[in-house]
Amino acid sequence: MPDVTVLASSGDQMVAEAFRQANPDVLPVYPITPQTIIVEEFDKFVAQGKVHTEFVPVESEHSAMAAAIGASAAGARTVTATASQGLAYMWEELYVAAGMRLPIVMANANRALSAPINIHGDHSDIMGCRDTGWIMYFAENAQEAYDDTLMAFRVAEHPDVMLPVATTLDGFITSHALERCELLDDETVAAFVGEYKPERSLLDTDNPNSFGMFANLGNFYMETKLAMRKAMEGSLDIIKSVGKEFEAVSGRPFEVVKTYGTEDAERVIVVMGSSIGNVRHVAKQLRAKGEKVGVVGLRVFRPFPSNELVAALKDAKAIAVMDRCETVGGQGGPLWQETAAALQSVGITTPTRDYMYGLGGADVTVQLIEEIFEDLKTLEADKAAGKVADVTYKGNR
Amino acid sequence: MAELTEIRWHARAGQGAVTASRLVAETAMDDGQYMQAMPEYGAERQGAPLKAYTRISPDPIEIHNNILHPDIVVVLDDTLLEVVNVCEGLKPNGTLIVNTRMTGDEVREATRAAADVKIATVDASDIAINTIGRDIPNTPIAGALAKVTGVIDVESLKKYVERSFTGKFSDKVIAGNLASVDRAYEEVHV
Repeated sequence: MPDVTVLASSGDQMVAEAFRQANPDVLPVYPITPQTIIVEEFDKFVAQGKVHTEFVPVESEHSAMAAAIGASAAGARTVTATASQGLAYMWEELYVAAGMRLPIVMANANRALSAPINIHGDHSDIMGCRDTGWIMYFAENAQEAYDDTLMAFRVAEHPDVMLPVATTLDGFITSHALERCELLDDETVAAFVGEYKPERSLLDTDNPNSFGMFANLGNFYMETKLAMRKAMEGSLDIIKSVGKEFEAVSGRPFEVVKTYGTEDAERVIVVMGSSIGNVRHVAKQLRAKGEKVGVVGLRVFRPFPSNELVAALKDAKAIAVMDRCETVGGQGGPLWQETAAALQSVGITTPTRDYMYGLGGADVTVQLIEEIFEDLKTLEADKAAGKVADVTYKGNR
Repeated sequence: MAELTEIRWHARAGQGAVTASRLVAETAMDDGQYMQAMPEYGAERQGAPLKAYTRISPDPIEIHNNILHPDIVVVLDDTLLEVVNVCEGLKPNGTLIVNTRMTGDEVREATRAAADVKIATVDASDIAINTIGRDIPNTPIAGALAKVTGVIDVESLKKYVERSFTGKFSDKVIAGNLASVDRAYEEVHV
C-alpha cells in the first residue's frame, strides 16, 4: 500500500504537488490569477532542487504554449498552467499542440473572461478551447485536481492517444479553498506515472522526424484531422483504464460520468466541476424527504462520454443541464448542446432545460439548486405550453 | 446526515481572519475531521471588511458555496458591528463570538441579535497585545471558539499552533500564541 500524507491544501497546491511528482522536463509558464499558486509552489520546488525541471518563465501565455510545443516536440515531458485571458491568448497554439500530437499536460484554473473583468470561477475560458483537440478533465474538488493531473500524463503519453490534456479546476472555489487532501508518496506516483519515452522526437537524431508539416490541398490535412478524431474517441477507454489503475493505487473511485440517485430518479441535473458537489448535497437532502432526484456529473468533457451520459439519463423524466459558460446567440451552453445531441442521437426525447449559473463566480446556493429541481416537476407541461425559455438564467439579480 | 458545522468570520483585511479560518479547519483535520477554509476573495486592501469561512464535518464535505446560514459567527473587530450585519443568516440557536470590550448585552443591542443567539465576548486584542505583543486577535479568538462551541479541542488547537509555527517563528512568539489561547479560553464571557 502507498504511504498517504493527509494535508490541508488548495487545489492549486495539489496540482503543483502532482507536477512535482511527475517531475516534468520542461515547464514554461506565465502566472495569472487564479492559477498563480501552481506557479509559485512549483517555482519553490525548482529552487529547492526537488525536480529536475527546466522552469521557463516566459513573457506571455502565447509564448508559454509555444515553448511547450517546442519542448514537447523535442521529446520532453512538458507541462504548463494557465487561466482565463491567458488560456484565450494561447488559443491558436492550442490547435498546434493538438495537431502535432504533443502530449502536453496543462492545468487550467477555470475563470471568467473579460469584459467585464472578473477573476472568479466559471467555464468560459476552458469551453473556448473545447474543439481544439485537447482532452479535458473537470475536477470536482482539490483531491480530484491532483488525481486528474497524475492520470493526465498516462493518458496524454499513451502511444494510442498522443494528445494534449487539460486538467481543470474551478477558479477560487477549488483552486484557492483549503480542503482535506491526500497525497500519495513520491515512489508510488513515480511508478504510476512512469517515464516518458516518445516514439518520435526532434532530438532523436538517429531517426530524424519532421513535426508540424505543410499539408495543403492534395496532402493529408483531412486525414490528420480524422486521425485526431479517432485518437480522441479511442482515448475514452484509455482514460477509463488509467482511472481504474489509479483507483487501485489510491483507493478513490474513478468514473468519467459520476452518478447519484439515477437508478430511480425522475428529475436529474447534469453538471460539471465544483458544482457537482453542491448539487449532490442538495439531492441527498431531497432524497431523504423521498423526492426522486438524481445527479449526473461529468469528470471528462473531451472526449464527450455520450454513451455513459445516455446510460445515466435514459430513465429520467425531466433533465436540467447546468452550464457555467455563456454561448451568446447559441441555442444553449456547451454542456446542454452536447447532452441534447447525445440524447437525440439515440432517439431519447426526454424534455431538457438549460440553466446558466455561476457566471463570474456567482454563488451556487442551495436555494438555486432546489429551484432547478422544483422547475423540473412541471418541465414537460411548461414546455408544451411554451412557458420555458431555451436558456434560463439562475442566480442573477 | 452527519453534522456539518459552518463558521463565518468577519474582520478587516490584515487582522488574520483568513489565517484563523484555516487554523480552526486544520485543527479539526488533525482530529480526523473533514474541513474547508476559504476567504471571500475580492477586497484585498488593508482595513476593508472581509469574510472568511470554515466548514467542519465528520464526513467528506461536498458543498462548495459561500456560507449563508452559519452555525457560528466570529467577529474579530467590533467596529464592524456598525457597518456589517454580522448576524445575517445566522441559524436559530447559533453562536456569535466577538472580540470586544463590550458586554454581551451591549453586543446583543448593537447587532440586534435574536434572543436565541448565544453571545460570547472576549477582549482578544488586549490578550494578543499582552501575550504575543501585537494586536493579532486571531489565535486567541480560536481559543475562545474552542471553549464556547467545542467545535475544536483546545489542546489540539495548541498542538497545531505549536507544530505549524515551529521553524517559522521564535520560541517567544510561539509561547505568546499558546498563552493567548489559554487566556482567551479562560476569559471568554458567555
